[in-house]
Amino acid sequence: MKKAWWKILTAALLLYTVIGGLIFDVPRLNILNETIRALHFHVPMWFGMIIMLLTSVIYSIKYLKSGDYNHDIKSVEFANTGIVFGLLGIVTGMVWAQFTWGEWWSGDPKQNAAAIGMLIYMAFMVLRGSLEDEQQRARISAVYNIFAFPSLVVLLFILPRLTDSLHPGNGGNPGFNAYDLDSNLRLVFYPAVIGWALLGLWLTTLKIRYRKLQEKLFIDS
Amino acid sequence: MNKEKNNKIRYLKQLNTLIKKELTLEWRQKFAINGILLYLASTIFICYMSFRLKGNLINPITWNALFWIIIVFTAINSISKSFNQEREGRQLYYYLIANPQAIILSKIIYNSGLMLLLSLIGYWVYGLIMNNPVENHWLFLINLCLASTGFASTLTLISAIASKANNSGALMAVLSFPVMLPMLLIVIKISKNAMDGLSTSTSMDEILTLVAINMIVVTVSYLLFPYLWRS
Repeated sequence: MKKAWWKILTAALLLYTVIGGLIFDVPRLNILNETIRALHFHVPMWFGMIIMLLTSVIYSIKYLKSGDYNHDIKSVEFANTGIVFGLLGIVTGMVWAQFTWGEWWSGDPKQNAAAIGMLIYMAFMVLRGSLEDEQQRARISAVYNIFAFPSLVVLLFILPRLTDSLHPGNGGNPGFNAYDLDSNLRLVFYPAVIGWALLGLWLTTLKIRYRKLQEKLFIDS
Repeated sequence: MNKEKNNKIRYLKQLNTLIKKELTLEWRQKFAINGILLYLASTIFICYMSFRLKGNLINPITWNALFWIIIVFTAINSISKSFNQEREGRQLYYYLIANPQAIILSKIIYNSGLMLLLSLIGYWVYGLIMNNPVENHWLFLINLCLASTGFASTLTLISAIASKANNSGALMAVLSFPVMLPMLLIVIKISKNAMDGLSTSTSMDEILTLVAINMIVVTVSYLLFPYLWRS
């Protein structure tokens, strides 16, 4: 029970996010209107994805340094959760885009970048699938994971800034900048980010434990 | 101090020898580079035939996209062999005598040279057959050089990764497309600017980003290759 405090915190934060995000008063902005509530569900997915993928890369580096197989399991599972978050981010974004931009997919640079980012990590999984030897698989996929990360950074943080985006806050669209993000939104947004990230961590720890048990069964039998 | 200097000299000598080795290897297997040249020429010709070009019918955006798609596929095809062309035994031999970082560096330098040559030839042939709407030639050439070195260095490490796996042909494409895409998008943007005849200073931001990405790719490959090499 002592170690469960952060899980209880996660549940509480997410409950608060769902209730507060749907009920609290939101500012009325042009175009966005009520869809501004997507801020609490769509944006934290990207934060979560970036945190998960960054952790995955860190574990890959640790694996290359130490050769400890546990690090490999962690890096894969964090990447897996990152993919889930990325896909959810794309889906929530598409639903939102349908109501604000009028199209499910409007070729926005950030949308495209996110889709390419997902391709990178799916390629990572394909690479892992095609290597038989365990040690080799761990090492080579760690190398690819680290190699691909800079281009993910370029995709998510540099390219969208070189072009205009339809996203709020870019290219003259009303945004959630420091000026617009009013204190009511922040009251839900920050807990939402922390809550979703913790949920990702929780999912990952469960997957890691599951994987370790699987290996143990395999070795025992 | 002296020892460090000696090491450096030895390292450079090694690099030099390795690059020479790549060149000799290419010279002995002339069919490989001839094959790639033929691949380049026939792809361009296929595009020409399938668009039924007469005069100025193709619009500039298509011209641009088509050119870069051809260059990307040529790059993937020419570089994917860079770790496959030698037999296992010889790889083991290099492993014993050479520094892995000298190996990756020599491969990157060699492949960049090769890509530079191929893309310049490609540009010339493409411009000859499909018309050449580029107005700012210098910008386009700078861009072409940066792009080909960038593609070459990205693909060198990817081909090292893919050569370890079973179905390396398909894997090479799957692994390299998403990693090359950011670079490709910037490159296409710069070359569009060059086609529109905008001055070089307007695309300075993009050029610098491209240079930065190239440097990151080379550094990361340099650091990571020893781990790949060990297996």
